[in-house]
Amino acid sequence: MRRPALFWLLLAFTLCVAAFLVVPVGLSVLTGLTNNQFQGLSSGLTFKWVVKVWTDYQGPLWLSLGIALACLACTLLLGVPAAYVLSRTQGRWARAIEELLMLPVALPGLATGLALILAYGAVGSFRTHWSFVLVGHVLFTLPFMVRAVLAVLLSVDMRQLEEGARSLGASFAQRFFGIVLPNCKPGIVAGALMVLTLSIGEFNMSLLLHSPFTQTLPVGLADAYASLRIEVGSAYTIVFFLMIVPLLIALQVAGGRSKTP
Amino acid sequence: MGASGDLGWGAYAAAVTEPRYLRSMLSTVLLSAAVTAATLVISGVAGVFLARQQFPGQRLLTALLTLPLAFPGVVIGFMVIMLGGRQGLVPAVTEALTGERLVFAYSMAGLFIGYIYFSIPRTILTVMAAAEKLDPQLLEAARSLGASPWQQLRDVLVPGLKPALLAAGAICFATAMGAFGTAFTLATKIDVLPMVIYTEFTLQANLAMAAALSFVLGGVTWAALAFARSLAGNSVVAAA
Repeated sequence: MRRPALFWLLLAFTLCVAAFLVVPVGLSVLTGLTNNQFQGLSSGLTFKWVVKVWTDYQGPLWLSLGIALACLACTLLLGVPAAYVLSRTQGRWARAIEELLMLPVALPGLATGLALILAYGAVGSFRTHWSFVLVGHVLFTLPFMVRAVLAVLLSVDMRQLEEGARSLGASFAQRFFGIVLPNCKPGIVAGALMVLTLSIGEFNMSLLLHSPFTQTLPVGLADAYASLRIEVGSAYTIVFFLMIVPLLIALQVAGGRSKTP
Repeated sequence: MGASGDLGWGAYAAAVTEPRYLRSMLSTVLLSAAVTAATLVISGVAGVFLARQQFPGQRLLTALLTLPLAFPGVVIGFMVIMLGGRQGLVPAVTEALTGERLVFAYSMAGLFIGYIYFSIPRTILTVMAAAEKLDPQLLEAARSLGASPWQQLRDVLVPGLKPALLAAGAICFATAMGAFGTAFTLATKIDVLPMVIYTEFTLQANLAMAAALSFVLGGVTWAALAFARSLAGNSVVAAA
């Protein structure tokens, strides 16, 4: 099939946009593997920077992973029941609570971080414990979990399914675990992936909330960019990409699947 | 929280009257507006193209365009340094072409590029979703009635996509207002509001001022997002 000139023009434009997004990623990966960035690629490729980052900066990496998983657990425990209740109640209060739940998304991370420090900063050793960062992350990611689950719950006729089960004598626990949870699985999966990516990448709030002992991966990255050689910063970025890109791909796959049920 | 401390409510008054804060507020708003406009044009064109055309490699191209979706601001700042920093790609290319090194990363221009980088993936997703829902018969009807591509764009595509574009634009504006990681990485002397807040907090330990400023900033972004939601229903924030 012959395509009009406009098609090729638009294709070229879109390719340029893709290049704009992808080229810096490639550059930073390449820089992280280059012996000496100043001399360029001719200085040879090496894994020594990645190894250096891996040996010197493992702390933030595991901390970020741990916080992300703990954050996921919290959002699952809090978010799924919350979404269920919100889907069943239609009153003014429910809408008001929904609006309040979205507030941490709208507020810049800096503002939430400041508010947390002002409210709880003086509570014992809480300030220097990693759970202080966790609280911020849960606040920030919970709305995404609630939204994702709520969207699925509202698209299925859950009330009718539950009524059917109840008429057959199923208890509330049986209905919740046997019917509600399996039905919102796509929403839970999408929400979980979102929570993990957001928590691992969260910086604005973490920068304010962290203490020297609770440095997360993005805070470590910012530190590396500011104070270390560009090769180390790039290698650090490679490690970050290795963590986040699989999650992003999973997110795209999950999103694509839910679009074509 | 902003009203505690020595300044009391004065901190709020200062946030909206003192020239230094007003100037940074103004430059943040202008920057965000420019970023929003540029992002909408770029993602609008690319998103509609990807949604309406079928060609080999299309899925891969879409995947590439949405890859940076969840990159944090710090990493995006580093991407800008890779492009336009002291040892970046653009300075190397311009030196080879004109003999002059064009370093743009550590300025407002760098921030502009960074925020566009940040906003393009999610805006493209929104535009694509809306363009796929648009009835293809409308365009066919316009074409059969003899509308030129430009007329199709002006009278069918843009009006049809308007809710999605407005919603995506509002989110883009709100994130650009509140974004901080990119500015933090590019640092030096970029006087946007989040940087001012951070400086007040860390260097001058002026908690009340920082809180008052972030409250004002939060108000602006919240208003922008509320506007977006009123236009496009509840699905917007979930995509943010």
